[in-house]
Amino acid sequence: MPPIELSVAEEVALQSGRPEPVRYRAPSAWRARQPMLVTVLGLLALWELVSGFGVVSSLFLPAPQQVLTKLVEIATTGFMDATLWQHTAASLQRVGIAVVAALATAVPLGVLIGLNRTASAAVDPLIEFYRPVPPLAYLPLIVIWFGIGEVSKVLLIYLAIFAPLVLATGSGVRRVDKTRVLAARSLGASRWQLVRHVVLPSTLPDILTGLRIALGVGWSTLVAAELIAAQRGLGFMVQSASQFLVTDVVIAGILVIAAIALLLELSIRYLERRYAGWAH
Amino acid sequence: MARLSVDNVSVHYPTPRGLVHALDKVSLEIASGDIVVALGASGCGKSTLLGLMAGFQRPDAGRVTLGGATITGPGADRGVVFQDDALMPWLSAAENVAFGLTLQKVGRSERRERAEALMCRVGLAGFEDHRIGELSGGMRQRLGLARALANRPDFLLMDEPLGALDALTRERIQSLILDIWRDTGTGIFLITHSIEEALFLATELVILSPRPGRIVRRLQPGFARRYAAGESARSIKADPEFIRAREDILNAHFAHDEEIEHAAH
Repeated sequence: MPPIELSVAEEVALQSGRPEPVRYRAPSAWRARQPMLVTVLGLLALWELVSGFGVVSSLFLPAPQQVLTKLVEIATTGFMDATLWQHTAASLQRVGIAVVAALATAVPLGVLIGLNRTASAAVDPLIEFYRPVPPLAYLPLIVIWFGIGEVSKVLLIYLAIFAPLVLATGSGVRRVDKTRVLAARSLGASRWQLVRHVVLPSTLPDILTGLRIALGVGWSTLVAAELIAAQRGLGFMVQSASQFLVTDVVIAGILVIAAIALLLELSIRYLERRYAGWAH
Repeated sequence: MARLSVDNVSVHYPTPRGLVHALDKVSLEIASGDIVVALGASGCGKSTLLGLMAGFQRPDAGRVTLGGATITGPGADRGVVFQDDALMPWLSAAENVAFGLTLQKVGRSERRERAEALMCRVGLAGFEDHRIGELSGGMRQRLGLARALANRPDFLLMDEPLGALDALTRERIQSLILDIWRDTGTGIFLITHSIEEALFLATELVILSPRPGRIVRRLQPGFARRYAAGESARSIKADPEFIRAREDILNAHFAHDEEIEHAAH
Protein backbone atom coordinates (compact mmCIF):
# COMPACT_ATOMS: atom_id res chain seq x y z
CA MET A 1 0.00 0.00 0.00
CA PRO A 2 1.44 3.42 -0.93
CA PRO A 3 1.77 5.92 1.91
CA ILE A 4 -1.39 7.92 2.34
CA GLU A 5 -1.12 11.43 1.04
CA LEU A 6 -2.73 14.28 2.90
CA SER A 7 -4.16 17.46 1.49
CA VAL A 8 -2.42 20.77 2.16
CA ALA A 9 -4.92 21.72 4.82
CA GLU A 10 -4.53 18.40 6.55
CA GLU A 11 -0.75 18.64 6.38
CA VAL A 12 -0.81 22.05 7.99
CA ALA A 13 -3.05 20.68 10.73
CA LEU A 14 -0.70 17.73 11.19
CA GLN A 15 2.41 19.82 11.48
CA SER A 16 0.98 22.32 13.89
CA GLY A 17 -0.30 19.48 16.08
CA ARG A 18 -3.17 20.37 18.35
CA PRO A 19 -4.72 23.60 17.04
CA GLU A 20 -4.67 26.62 19.31
CA PRO A 21 -7.96 26.87 21.18
CA VAL A 22 -9.90 29.90 20.02
CA ARG A 23 -10.03 32.55 22.70
CA TYR A 24 -13.38 34.27 22.96
CA ARG A 25 -12.41 36.59 25.78
CA ALA A 26 -10.96 39.87 24.58
CA PRO A 27 -7.43 40.59 25.83
CA SER A 28 -8.76 43.63 27.70
CA ALA A 29 -11.13 41.64 29.93
CA TRP A 30 -9.98 43.71 32.87
CA ARG A 31 -10.94 46.94 31.13
CA ALA A 32 -14.32 45.50 30.20
CA ARG A 33 -14.94 44.80 33.87
CA GLN A 34 -13.98 48.22 35.14
CA PRO A 35 -17.50 49.69 34.87
CA MET A 36 -18.80 46.79 36.94
CA LEU A 37 -16.28 47.52 39.68
CA VAL A 38 -17.15 51.23 39.60
CA THR A 39 -20.84 50.41 40.05
CA VAL A 40 -20.19 48.10 43.00
CA LEU A 41 -17.79 50.50 44.73
CA GLY A 42 -20.15 53.40 44.04
CA LEU A 43 -23.07 51.57 45.66
CA LEU A 44 -20.95 50.68 48.69
CA ALA A 45 -19.83 54.30 49.02
CA LEU A 46 -23.43 55.54 48.76
CA TRP A 47 -24.51 53.00 51.39
CA GLU A 48 -21.67 54.13 53.68
CA LEU A 49 -22.61 57.81 53.20
CA VAL A 50 -26.33 57.35 53.71
CA SER A 51 -25.91 55.31 56.90
CA GLY A 52 -22.80 57.16 58.19
CA PHE A 53 -24.39 60.62 58.06
CA GLY A 54 -27.54 59.34 59.69
CA VAL A 55 -29.71 60.16 56.67
CA VAL A 56 -31.46 56.87 57.32
CA SER A 57 -31.73 55.38 60.81
CA SER A 58 -29.40 52.40 61.38
CA LEU A 59 -32.52 50.48 62.37
CA PHE A 60 -33.51 50.55 58.69
CA LEU A 61 -30.09 50.66 57.08
CA PRO A 62 -27.11 49.61 59.21
CA ALA A 63 -23.65 50.66 58.01
CA PRO A 64 -21.67 48.23 55.83
CA GLN A 65 -19.10 47.45 58.56
CA GLN A 66 -21.93 46.76 61.00
CA VAL A 67 -23.39 44.21 58.56
CA LEU A 68 -19.93 42.70 58.10
CA THR A 69 -19.42 42.41 61.86
CA LYS A 70 -22.86 40.81 62.17
CA LEU A 71 -22.01 38.39 59.38
CA VAL A 72 -18.92 37.23 61.28
CA GLU A 73 -20.99 37.02 64.48
CA ILE A 74 -23.75 34.85 62.99
CA ALA A 75 -21.09 32.73 61.32
CA THR A 76 -19.43 32.00 64.67
CA THR A 77 -22.01 32.32 67.46
CA GLY A 78 -25.09 31.96 65.28
CA PHE A 79 -28.59 33.38 65.04
CA MET A 80 -31.85 31.71 66.11
CA ASP A 81 -30.09 28.66 67.59
CA ALA A 82 -28.01 27.95 64.50
CA THR A 83 -24.86 29.33 62.92
CA LEU A 84 -24.83 30.85 59.46
CA TRP A 85 -23.21 27.62 58.22
CA GLN A 86 -26.03 25.51 59.63
CA HIS A 87 -28.66 27.78 58.06
CA THR A 88 -26.81 27.65 54.75
CA ALA A 89 -26.35 23.89 54.97
CA ALA A 90 -30.07 23.41 55.67
CA SER A 91 -31.01 25.50 52.63
CA LEU A 92 -28.49 23.87 50.34
CA GLN A 93 -29.58 20.43 51.47
CA ARG A 94 -33.21 21.17 50.54
CA VAL A 95 -32.22 22.51 47.15
CA GLY A 96 -29.78 19.62 46.69
CA ILE A 97 -32.40 16.94 47.37
CA ALA A 98 -34.88 18.73 45.09
CA VAL A 99 -32.31 18.98 42.27
CA VAL A 100 -31.32 15.32 42.52
CA ALA A 101 -34.99 14.27 42.59
CA ALA A 102 -35.80 16.58 39.65
CA LEU A 103 -32.87 15.28 37.58
CA ALA A 104 -33.87 11.69 38.32
CA THR A 105 -37.46 12.25 37.19
CA ALA A 106 -37.51 15.22 34.78
CA VAL A 107 -34.72 13.97 32.52
CA PRO A 108 -36.27 10.53 31.84
CA LEU A 109 -39.68 12.15 31.33
CA GLY A 110 -38.15 14.77 29.03
CA VAL A 111 -36.48 12.04 26.97
CA LEU A 112 -39.81 10.20 26.77
CA ILE A 113 -41.81 13.22 25.59
CA GLY A 114 -39.00 14.12 23.19
CA LEU A 115 -39.10 10.69 21.58
CA ASN A 116 -42.80 9.96 21.74
CA ARG A 117 -45.53 12.26 20.41
CA THR A 118 -48.26 10.55 22.40
CA ALA A 119 -46.36 10.94 25.66
CA SER A 120 -45.69 14.55 24.77
CA ALA A 121 -49.36 15.24 24.10
CA ALA A 122 -50.30 13.54 27.38
CA VAL A 123 -47.81 15.35 29.61
CA ASP A 124 -47.66 18.81 28.01
CA PRO A 125 -51.01 20.15 29.31
CA LEU A 126 -50.13 19.15 32.87
CA ILE A 127 -46.77 20.92 32.80
CA GLU A 128 -48.01 23.93 30.89
CA PHE A 129 -50.86 24.26 33.42
CA TYR A 130 -48.80 24.44 36.58
CA ARG A 131 -45.58 25.97 35.23
CA PRO A 132 -46.82 29.59 34.99
CA VAL A 133 -48.42 29.44 38.47
CA PRO A 134 -46.14 31.10 41.07
CA PRO A 135 -45.01 28.48 43.62
CA LEU A 136 -46.34 30.68 46.46
CA ALA A 137 -49.82 30.25 45.01
CA TYR A 138 -49.84 26.48 45.40
CA LEU A 139 -47.81 26.48 48.59
CA PRO A 140 -50.95 26.51 50.82
CA LEU A 141 -52.25 23.40 49.06
CA ILE A 142 -48.94 21.62 49.59
CA VAL A 143 -49.08 22.52 53.29
CA ILE A 144 -52.60 21.12 53.56
CA TRP A 145 -51.52 17.89 51.90
CA PHE A 146 -48.05 17.38 53.31
CA GLY A 147 -47.95 19.46 56.48
CA ILE A 148 -45.22 21.87 57.44
CA GLY A 149 -42.27 19.46 57.55
CA GLU A 150 -39.29 19.06 55.28
CA VAL A 151 -41.36 17.26 52.64
CA SER A 152 -43.38 20.37 51.81
CA LYS A 153 -40.31 22.57 51.47
CA VAL A 154 -38.40 20.13 49.28
CA LEU A 155 -41.52 19.41 47.22
CA LEU A 156 -42.08 23.11 46.52
CA ILE A 157 -38.52 23.58 45.19
CA TYR A 158 -38.77 20.30 43.33
CA LEU A 159 -41.91 21.42 41.50
CA ALA A 160 -40.29 24.74 40.60
CA ILE A 161 -37.28 22.96 39.07
CA PHE A 162 -39.15 20.05 37.48
CA ALA A 163 -41.09 21.91 34.74
CA PRO A 164 -38.21 23.87 33.14
CA LEU A 165 -36.02 20.78 33.26
CA VAL A 166 -38.61 18.54 31.51
CA LEU A 167 -39.23 21.15 28.81
CA ALA A 168 -35.51 21.78 28.19
CA THR A 169 -34.77 18.05 27.97
CA GLY A 170 -37.74 17.40 25.68
CA SER A 171 -36.85 20.13 23.22
CA GLY A 172 -33.21 19.02 23.26
CA VAL A 173 -34.20 15.44 22.44
CA ARG A 174 -36.38 16.65 19.56
CA ARG A 175 -33.43 18.51 18.06
CA VAL A 176 -31.01 15.54 18.08
CA ASP A 177 -29.32 15.29 14.68
CA LYS A 178 -31.18 12.66 12.62
CA THR A 179 -28.09 11.51 10.71
CA ARG A 180 -26.29 10.91 14.01
CA VAL A 181 -29.12 8.57 15.01
CA LEU A 182 -28.98 6.76 11.65
CA ALA A 183 -25.20 6.44 11.99
CA ALA A 184 -25.54 4.81 15.41
CA ARG A 185 -28.28 2.46 14.17
CA SER A 186 -26.12 1.37 11.24
CA LEU A 187 -23.33 0.65 13.73
CA GLY A 188 -25.68 -1.75 15.51
CA ALA A 189 -27.20 0.36 18.31
CA SER A 190 -30.27 -1.02 20.07
CA ARG A 191 -33.08 1.34 21.12
CA TRP A 192 -31.70 1.63 24.63
CA GLN A 193 -28.17 2.16 23.32
CA LEU A 194 -29.46 4.97 21.10
CA VAL A 195 -30.82 6.76 24.17
CA ARG A 196 -27.74 6.07 26.28
CA HIS A 197 -25.02 6.75 23.66
CA VAL A 198 -26.60 9.27 21.28
CA VAL A 199 -29.72 10.98 22.61
CA LEU A 200 -28.56 11.71 26.18
CA PRO A 201 -25.08 13.01 25.27
CA SER A 202 -26.57 15.09 22.42
CA THR A 203 -29.08 16.57 24.87
CA LEU A 204 -26.65 17.24 27.73
CA PRO A 205 -26.09 20.91 26.72
CA ASP A 206 -29.87 21.50 26.80
CA ILE A 207 -30.21 19.68 30.12
CA LEU A 208 -27.49 21.84 31.67
CA THR A 209 -29.08 25.04 30.32
CA GLY A 210 -32.42 23.87 31.72
CA LEU A 211 -30.77 23.11 35.05
CA ARG A 212 -29.18 26.56 35.17
CA ILE A 213 -32.55 28.26 34.65
CA ALA A 214 -34.29 25.83 37.01
CA LEU A 215 -31.74 26.37 39.77
CA GLY A 216 -32.33 30.12 39.59
CA VAL A 217 -36.05 29.54 40.04
CA GLY A 218 -35.48 26.89 42.71
CA TRP A 219 -33.18 29.00 44.83
CA SER A 220 -35.58 31.95 44.84
CA THR A 221 -38.45 29.63 45.70
CA LEU A 222 -36.40 28.49 48.69
CA VAL A 223 -37.04 31.66 50.71
CA ALA A 224 -40.76 31.10 50.18
CA ALA A 225 -40.45 27.45 51.17
CA GLU A 226 -38.63 28.35 54.37
CA LEU A 227 -41.41 30.67 55.45
CA ILE A 228 -43.34 27.52 56.34
CA ALA A 229 -42.34 27.23 59.96
CA ALA A 230 -38.77 26.21 59.31
CA GLN A 231 -36.30 25.97 62.19
CA ARG A 232 -33.26 26.39 59.97
CA GLY A 233 -32.37 27.83 56.60
CA LEU A 234 -31.31 31.14 55.07
CA GLY A 235 -34.89 32.08 54.18
CA PHE A 236 -35.98 31.33 57.73
CA MET A 237 -33.06 33.34 59.13
CA VAL A 238 -33.92 36.43 57.09
CA GLN A 239 -37.62 36.06 57.78
CA SER A 240 -37.27 35.75 61.57
CA ALA A 241 -34.65 38.53 61.69
CA SER A 242 -37.12 40.84 59.98
CA GLN A 243 -39.76 40.04 62.59
CA PHE A 244 -37.36 41.26 65.33
CA LEU A 245 -36.18 44.19 63.18
CA VAL A 246 -32.62 42.86 63.23
CA THR A 247 -31.91 44.62 59.94
CA ASP A 248 -28.20 43.82 59.84
CA VAL A 249 -28.97 40.07 59.87
CA VAL A 250 -31.60 40.60 57.15
CA ILE A 251 -29.08 42.36 54.90
CA ALA A 252 -26.30 39.86 55.71
CA GLY A 253 -28.70 37.00 54.92
CA ILE A 254 -29.74 38.57 51.61
CA LEU A 255 -26.09 39.01 50.65
CA VAL A 256 -25.35 35.35 51.44
CA ILE A 257 -28.41 34.21 49.43
CA ALA A 258 -27.23 36.32 46.47
CA ALA A 259 -23.66 35.02 46.78
CA ILE A 260 -24.84 31.41 46.73
CA ALA A 261 -27.08 32.06 43.73
CA LEU A 262 -24.05 33.45 41.90
CA LEU A 263 -21.97 30.46 42.95
CA LEU A 264 -24.60 28.01 41.67
CA GLU A 265 -24.78 29.86 38.37
CA LEU A 266 -21.00 29.82 37.98
CA SER A 267 -20.70 26.13 38.82
CA ILE A 268 -23.31 25.16 36.18
CA ARG A 269 -21.48 27.34 33.69
CA TYR A 270 -18.32 25.47 34.58
CA LEU A 271 -20.10 22.14 34.02
CA GLU A 272 -21.36 23.44 30.67
CA ARG A 273 -17.84 24.38 29.57
CA ARG A 274 -16.38 21.12 30.87
CA TYR A 275 -18.96 18.62 29.58
CA ALA A 276 -20.84 20.41 26.82
CA GLY A 277 -18.10 22.58 25.36
CA TRP A 278 -18.40 20.73 22.04
CA ALA A 279 -21.81 22.32 21.46
CA HIS A 280 -20.52 25.91 21.49
CA MET B 1 -19.30 -14.48 -0.67
CA ALA B 2 -21.85 -12.00 0.54
CA ARG B 3 -24.35 -10.56 -1.91
CA LEU B 4 -26.60 -7.53 -1.49
CA SER B 5 -29.34 -7.30 -4.04
CA VAL B 6 -32.00 -4.80 -4.94
CA ASP B 7 -34.71 -6.51 -6.91
CA ASN B 8 -37.28 -4.58 -8.93
CA VAL B 9 -37.70 -1.99 -6.21
CA SER B 10 -40.05 1.01 -6.25
CA VAL B 11 -40.44 3.77 -3.70
CA HIS B 12 -42.90 6.64 -3.88
CA TYR B 13 -43.73 9.52 -1.60
CA PRO B 14 -47.13 11.14 -1.36
CA THR B 15 -46.95 14.91 -1.83
CA PRO B 16 -49.70 17.53 -2.15
CA ARG B 17 -49.19 17.37 -5.94
CA GLY B 18 -49.57 13.60 -6.16
CA LEU B 19 -47.21 10.64 -5.86
CA VAL B 20 -43.52 11.23 -6.49
CA HIS B 21 -41.72 8.17 -7.78
CA ALA B 22 -38.35 8.33 -6.08
CA LEU B 23 -37.39 4.92 -7.44
CA ASP B 24 -39.10 3.00 -10.21
CA LYS B 25 -38.38 -0.72 -10.72
CA VAL B 26 -34.68 -0.46 -9.88
CA SER B 27 -32.55 -3.61 -9.77
CA LEU B 28 -28.88 -3.97 -8.96
CA GLU B 29 -26.53 -6.29 -7.17
CA ILE B 30 -23.39 -5.83 -5.12
CA ALA B 31 -21.07 -8.71 -4.34
CA SER B 32 -17.86 -8.72 -2.30
CA GLY B 33 -15.13 -7.13 -4.39
CA ASP B 34 -17.53 -4.87 -6.33
CA ILE B 35 -17.66 -1.11 -6.25
CA VAL B 36 -21.08 -0.13 -7.51
CA VAL B 37 -21.39 3.61 -8.02
CA ALA B 38 -24.71 5.37 -8.52
CA LEU B 39 -24.39 8.60 -10.51
CA GLY B 40 -27.20 11.06 -10.94
CA ALA B 41 -28.51 14.56 -10.33
CA SER B 42 -30.37 15.39 -7.14
CA GLY B 43 -33.86 14.00 -6.96
CA CYS B 44 -32.96 10.78 -8.77
CA GLY B 45 -33.48 8.67 -5.65
CA LYS B 46 -29.81 7.85 -5.02
CA SER B 47 -30.06 8.41 -1.29
CA THR B 48 -33.35 6.51 -1.12
CA LEU B 49 -31.58 3.57 -2.75
CA LEU B 50 -28.83 3.70 -0.13
CA GLY B 51 -31.41 4.04 2.65
CA LEU B 52 -33.06 0.82 1.45
CA MET B 53 -29.79 -1.09 1.50
CA ALA B 54 -28.86 0.32 4.91
CA GLY B 55 -32.28 -0.70 6.22
CA PHE B 56 -33.37 2.83 7.14
CA GLN B 57 -36.49 2.46 5.05
CA ARG B 58 -38.54 -0.22 3.24
CA PRO B 59 -39.47 -0.36 -0.44
CA ASP B 60 -43.11 0.04 -1.53
CA ALA B 61 -42.60 -2.73 -4.06
CA GLY B 62 -39.82 -5.23 -4.75
CA ARG B 63 -37.26 -6.75 -2.41
CA VAL B 64 -33.91 -5.75 -0.90
CA THR B 65 -32.01 -8.79 0.31
CA LEU B 66 -28.71 -9.60 1.95
CA GLY B 67 -27.48 -13.12 1.35
CA GLY B 68 -31.01 -14.04 0.29
CA ALA B 69 -32.74 -12.69 3.41
CA THR B 70 -34.93 -9.59 3.23
CA ILE B 71 -33.38 -6.57 4.97
CA THR B 72 -35.65 -5.46 7.78
CA GLY B 73 -33.44 -2.88 9.48
CA PRO B 74 -29.95 -1.46 9.89
CA GLY B 75 -27.17 -3.81 10.93
CA ALA B 76 -23.48 -3.83 11.74
CA ASP B 77 -22.85 -5.98 8.63
CA ARG B 78 -23.39 -2.86 6.49
CA GLY B 79 -21.21 0.15 7.35
CA VAL B 80 -22.61 3.53 6.31
CA VAL B 81 -20.57 6.67 5.59
CA PHE B 82 -22.59 9.89 5.42
CA GLN B 83 -21.96 13.10 3.54
CA ASP B 84 -22.48 15.01 6.76
CA ASP B 85 -19.94 13.12 8.86
CA ALA B 86 -22.49 12.30 11.63
CA LEU B 87 -19.73 11.87 14.21
CA MET B 88 -20.34 12.21 17.94
CA PRO B 89 -18.73 15.57 18.84
CA TRP B 90 -18.55 14.78 22.58
CA LEU B 91 -16.25 11.82 21.94
CA SER B 92 -12.59 11.93 20.96
CA ALA B 93 -11.53 10.86 17.45
CA ALA B 94 -10.51 7.38 18.64
CA GLU B 95 -13.72 6.93 20.66
CA ASN B 96 -15.71 7.80 17.54
CA VAL B 97 -13.89 5.15 15.52
CA ALA B 98 -14.56 2.64 18.30
CA PHE B 99 -18.24 3.64 18.66
CA GLY B 100 -19.54 0.42 17.08
CA LEU B 101 -17.19 -1.60 19.27
CA THR B 102 -18.48 0.20 22.36
CA LEU B 103 -22.02 -0.81 21.35
CA GLN B 104 -20.83 -4.41 21.08
CA LYS B 105 -19.30 -4.10 24.58
CA VAL B 106 -15.76 -4.75 23.39
CA GLY B 107 -13.31 -4.04 26.24
CA ARG B 108 -11.55 -0.69 26.56
CA SER B 109 -8.01 -1.78 25.68
CA GLU B 110 -9.07 -3.76 22.62
CA ARG B 111 -11.22 -0.85 21.48
CA ARG B 112 -8.28 1.50 21.76
CA GLU B 113 -5.98 -0.90 19.95
CA ARG B 114 -8.35 -1.41 17.03
CA ALA B 115 -9.19 2.30 16.80
CA GLU B 116 -5.47 3.14 16.65
CA ALA B 117 -4.88 0.59 13.89
CA LEU B 118 -7.84 1.91 11.86
CA MET B 119 -6.85 5.53 12.31
CA CYS B 120 -3.38 4.65 11.08
CA ARG B 121 -5.02 2.91 8.12
CA VAL B 122 -6.93 6.03 7.07
CA GLY B 123 -3.97 8.35 7.63
CA LEU B 124 -4.94 9.84 10.99
CA ALA B 125 -2.27 8.35 13.27
CA GLY B 126 -1.50 10.77 16.10
CA PHE B 127 -4.98 12.31 16.12
CA GLU B 128 -6.55 9.74 18.45
CA ASP B 129 -7.23 12.12 21.31
CA HIS B 130 -8.30 15.11 19.26
CA ARG B 131 -11.80 16.53 19.57
CA ILE B 132 -14.00 16.35 16.47
CA GLY B 133 -14.29 20.14 16.38
CA GLU B 134 -10.53 20.37 15.88
CA LEU B 135 -10.50 18.27 12.70
CA SER B 136 -10.90 19.41 9.08
CA GLY B 137 -13.68 18.16 6.80
CA GLY B 138 -11.37 15.67 5.08
CA MET B 139 -10.13 14.31 8.38
CA ARG B 140 -13.71 13.87 9.59
CA GLN B 141 -14.60 11.87 6.48
CA ARG B 142 -11.55 9.68 7.03
CA LEU B 143 -12.78 9.20 10.59
CA GLY B 144 -16.29 8.31 9.38
CA LEU B 145 -14.75 5.73 7.08
CA ALA B 146 -12.63 4.27 9.89
CA ARG B 147 -15.72 4.11 12.13
CA ALA B 148 -17.66 2.18 9.49
CA LEU B 149 -14.70 -0.19 8.97
CA ALA B 150 -14.36 -0.92 12.71
CA ASN B 151 -17.30 -3.32 12.58
CA ARG B 152 -15.59 -5.24 9.75
CA PRO B 153 -18.74 -4.96 7.62
CA ASP B 154 -19.40 -7.05 4.51
CA PHE B 155 -20.54 -3.90 2.71
CA LEU B 156 -19.71 -0.21 2.82
CA LEU B 157 -22.52 2.13 1.81
CA MET B 158 -21.30 5.65 1.11
CA ASP B 159 -23.73 8.54 0.58
CA GLU B 160 -21.80 11.26 -1.31
CA PRO B 161 -18.96 10.93 1.19
CA LEU B 162 -16.72 13.38 -0.68
CA GLY B 163 -19.39 15.84 -1.83
CA ALA B 164 -18.48 18.59 0.60
CA LEU B 165 -14.69 18.37 0.29
CA ASP B 166 -12.20 20.46 -1.68
CA ALA B 167 -10.85 18.91 -4.90
CA LEU B 168 -7.43 17.96 -3.57
CA THR B 169 -8.69 16.28 -0.42
CA ARG B 170 -11.28 14.53 -2.51
CA GLU B 171 -8.70 12.94 -4.82
CA ARG B 172 -6.72 11.62 -1.88
CA ILE B 173 -9.71 10.08 -0.22
CA GLN B 174 -10.79 8.50 -3.52
CA SER B 175 -7.42 6.72 -3.58
CA LEU B 176 -7.85 5.77 0.07
CA ILE B 177 -11.23 4.19 -0.70
CA LEU B 178 -9.65 2.14 -3.51
CA ASP B 179 -6.73 1.12 -1.24
CA ILE B 180 -9.16 -0.17 1.36
CA TRP B 181 -11.27 -1.93 -1.27
CA ARG B 182 -8.18 -3.63 -2.71
CA ASP B 183 -6.94 -4.73 0.74
CA THR B 184 -10.24 -5.91 2.22
CA GLY B 185 -12.39 -6.89 -0.76
CA THR B 186 -15.37 -5.25 0.91
CA GLY B 187 -18.34 -4.69 -1.41
CA ILE B 188 -18.90 -0.95 -1.81
CA PHE B 189 -21.95 1.05 -2.87
CA LEU B 190 -21.14 4.71 -3.41
CA ILE B 191 -23.27 7.66 -4.43
CA THR B 192 -21.83 10.66 -6.21
CA HIS B 193 -22.75 13.48 -8.55
CA SER B 194 -19.23 13.70 -9.98
CA ILE B 195 -18.77 11.85 -13.28
CA GLU B 196 -15.03 11.70 -12.81
CA GLU B 197 -15.32 10.22 -9.34
CA ALA B 198 -17.85 7.67 -10.54
CA LEU B 199 -15.65 6.55 -13.45
CA PHE B 200 -12.51 6.32 -11.34
CA LEU B 201 -14.03 4.35 -8.47
CA ALA B 202 -16.65 2.12 -10.09
CA THR B 203 -16.29 -1.47 -11.18
CA GLU B 204 -19.96 -1.11 -12.05
CA LEU B 205 -21.45 2.29 -12.76
CA VAL B 206 -25.21 2.89 -12.85
CA ILE B 207 -26.60 6.17 -14.13
CA LEU B 208 -29.95 7.19 -12.65
CA SER B 209 -32.52 9.51 -14.14
CA PRO B 210 -34.59 11.76 -11.87
CA ARG B 211 -38.36 11.45 -11.26
CA PRO B 212 -39.01 8.64 -11.73
CA GLY B 213 -35.66 7.36 -10.46
CA ARG B 214 -34.66 4.74 -12.99
CA ILE B 215 -31.41 3.14 -14.06
CA VAL B 216 -30.85 4.44 -17.59
CA ARG B 217 -27.42 2.97 -18.24
CA ARG B 218 -24.95 0.47 -16.81
CA LEU B 219 -21.20 0.52 -17.50
CA GLN B 220 -18.24 -1.52 -16.27
CA PRO B 221 -15.31 0.91 -16.15
CA GLY B 222 -11.92 -0.74 -15.60
CA PHE B 223 -10.10 2.18 -14.03
CA ALA B 224 -10.43 1.04 -10.40
CA ARG B 225 -8.78 -2.26 -11.25
CA ARG B 226 -5.99 -0.43 -13.04
CA TYR B 227 -5.42 1.58 -9.87
CA ALA B 228 -5.44 -1.60 -7.82
CA ALA B 229 -2.84 -3.06 -10.20
CA GLY B 230 -0.49 -0.20 -9.34
CA GLU B 231 -1.16 2.62 -11.82
CA SER B 232 -1.28 6.10 -10.26
CA ALA B 233 -4.55 8.02 -9.96
CA ARG B 234 -3.14 10.97 -11.92
CA SER B 235 -2.03 8.81 -14.83
CA ILE B 236 -5.44 7.13 -14.99
CA LYS B 237 -7.36 10.39 -14.93
CA ALA B 238 -5.10 11.87 -17.62
CA ASP B 239 -5.52 8.83 -19.88
CA PRO B 240 -7.40 9.77 -23.10
CA GLU B 241 -9.58 6.70 -22.60
CA PHE B 242 -10.69 8.05 -19.20
CA ILE B 243 -11.35 11.51 -20.60
CA ARG B 244 -13.30 10.06 -23.53
CA ALA B 245 -15.48 7.99 -21.20
CA ARG B 246 -16.09 11.07 -19.04
CA GLU B 247 -17.12 13.26 -21.99
CA ASP B 248 -19.27 10.48 -23.38
CA ILE B 249 -21.30 10.18 -20.19
CA LEU B 250 -21.55 13.93 -19.90
CA ASN B 251 -22.83 14.42 -23.42
CA ALA B 252 -25.17 11.46 -23.39
CA HIS B 253 -26.84 12.09 -20.04
CA PHE B 254 -26.01 15.39 -18.42
CA ALA B 255 -25.40 17.88 -21.23
CA HIS B 256 -28.02 20.25 -19.85
CA ASP B 257 -27.59 19.46 -16.21
CA GLU B 258 -25.71 22.10 -14.29
CA GLU B 259 -25.67 20.18 -11.06
CA ILE B 260 -23.44 17.45 -12.41
CA GLU B 261 -19.76 18.13 -11.99
CA HIS B 262 -17.93 17.46 -15.20
CA ALA B 263 -14.84 19.59 -14.87
CA ALA B 264 -11.62 17.70 -14.20
CA HIS B 265 -11.00 18.69 -10.59
